[in-house]
Amino acid sequence: MPADKTTSMAEAISRIDPGSTVAAGLALEHAIPFAAGHELARQGIGDLTLVGPISDVLFDQLVGAGVASRVRAAWAGNVSAGSGYNFRRAVEGGDLSVENHSNFSVALALQAAALGVPYLPTRSLLGSDIAEEPQFRVTEDPFEGQRIVQVPAIAPDWAFVHVQRAAPTGDAHLWGNTGVTYQAVRAAEHVLVTTEEVVDLDVIKSDPSRTRITREQVDAVVEAPFGAHPSPVAGRYNRDNEYFLAYADATRDADGFDAWADEWVYGVNGREEYREKVERDLSVQEPTTAAEVTYGK
Amino acid sequence: MASEADGTGGAGGYTAREMMVSAAAREIEDGDTAFVGMRLPLIAFQVAVSTHAPNAMSVFESGVVRDDPADGFLHTMCDLPNLDRAVSTTGMLDVMGRLARGDIDVGFLGGAEIDRYGNLNTTRVHAGDREIRLPGSGGACDIACMSDRTVILMAHEPRRFVERVEYVTSPGHGEGGDWREEQSVPGGGPSALVTSKATFGFDDGELYLRTVHPGEDADAVAADFPWDLRTREDVTGDPVGETAEPTDEALSLVREFDPDGFWTDD
Repeated sequence: MPADKTTSMAEAISRIDPGSTVAAGLALEHAIPFAAGHELARQGIGDLTLVGPISDVLFDQLVGAGVASRVRAAWAGNVSAGSGYNFRRAVEGGDLSVENHSNFSVALALQAAALGVPYLPTRSLLGSDIAEEPQFRVTEDPFEGQRIVQVPAIAPDWAFVHVQRAAPTGDAHLWGNTGVTYQAVRAAEHVLVTTEEVVDLDVIKSDPSRTRITREQVDAVVEAPFGAHPSPVAGRYNRDNEYFLAYADATRDADGFDAWADEWVYGVNGREEYREKVERDLSVQEPTTAAEVTYGK
Repeated sequence: MASEADGTGGAGGYTAREMMVSAAAREIEDGDTAFVGMRLPLIAFQVAVSTHAPNAMSVFESGVVRDDPADGFLHTMCDLPNLDRAVSTTGMLDVMGRLARGDIDVGFLGGAEIDRYGNLNTTRVHAGDREIRLPGSGGACDIACMSDRTVILMAHEPRRFVERVEYVTSPGHGEGGDWREEQSVPGGGPSALVTSKATFGFDDGELYLRTVHPGEDADAVAADFPWDLRTREDVTGDPVGETAEPTDEALSLVREFDPDGFWTDD
């Protein structure tokens, strides 16, 4: 029998050491692992380096919670409202170190680690001040002599991924856009899969083309229905747009964020209680069912 | 691109942002693959593909590829209506790979600051002595570097127009002339800027005033720039034109895609 990797969110998160590098928000605005992020804040696992393309407001919340000391990302804010106020305050106050990337350079950095190479070259970033940031090298391509940018590998200690369904083994199905999810899973030393639903391995094996995360890459599986709220999950629930606007209004100053976090993070005993707090109906109203896919022999 | 004569006038009024969306939509040609991103360009693509560019495709850095408007309002490119009945929902390396190979015809960009050569800053600005941290590049730098051409959308506010941006998040034409070639920047750079008052082109890498929206004055628009802004008259000999108003069809589409005016109310 393959190992059963299911565990509770609290136990899974307790495995993460302070000072770790955590990649999250890997499908961009889709399927962001907010439930796992909030548990990081509740356990106060500090001095984290956060890696991801944009994360929507997850990184802003972790910065506000005081558990992040460094962000390596292309963008940090609130996609609906613009600024992430905790991020702004922390950077402007000198409390947060930022490594500026583009989305593609985050993808390439993770892909480099996934391939086990020290860097990957790109012609993106050329001419920008991002290319001049200290982590990059602008050099000549040894074959044709063109200017290229070397993007060094980023190998996170942990990648957090939220999926629609996973087997207890860690083999997982996810659908909808995936951003840099697969690159991060392969780049990371450890992977936490949070899932809307734990299913039998037979379900996963019935559609292997949808399986892009397999057990040997996964450390822990946590059943976390509604675990990506307020971000959307294809086929499960819509994005909670009102939440993002209300969050922006509530967190314009640090006291406002603290009050918000007391209510939505520290004052919530688990995700079921959290779910009851969300009054809006985000359910999928017009489901699209894929045409049947047949395998066999 | 549609001619400026085809504007039939709005149905008795439109917002500046509806005008921007309409002007941006005209920058998408039929058959283009457009790198769309977020906010107003999202609506502009949906208008273009519903009108003059039925064969246009849109790609988003999240991994979404669409050939038609989403059936529902979008706050972000990953809202479920944008994923539902997409042509493909894939990953970033897939779509950014198309960009890197030179397969994207037009990319859309916004910015907090723009300079004379179309360089954009979305990373940090100063208000007096105080530094203000902005969200950063996202995919903008990649789109700016590698699209065949880019179209920039910005609110028309004089503080956004600067002689030289403080931080080049997304390179335009650098220092003008052949700068992009000299720097080996692969794509073609900005071809148009659309603001809430005017549209602009680029000549030899430098911004010039092309048209002003109805009711705006060309001299007043030019006075919002801290340098001596060139105009179409300087570049082609034709005087600065008037931007075509949104057609009734375009306006009704904008209002279908943004029914509460979340993105397009002023």
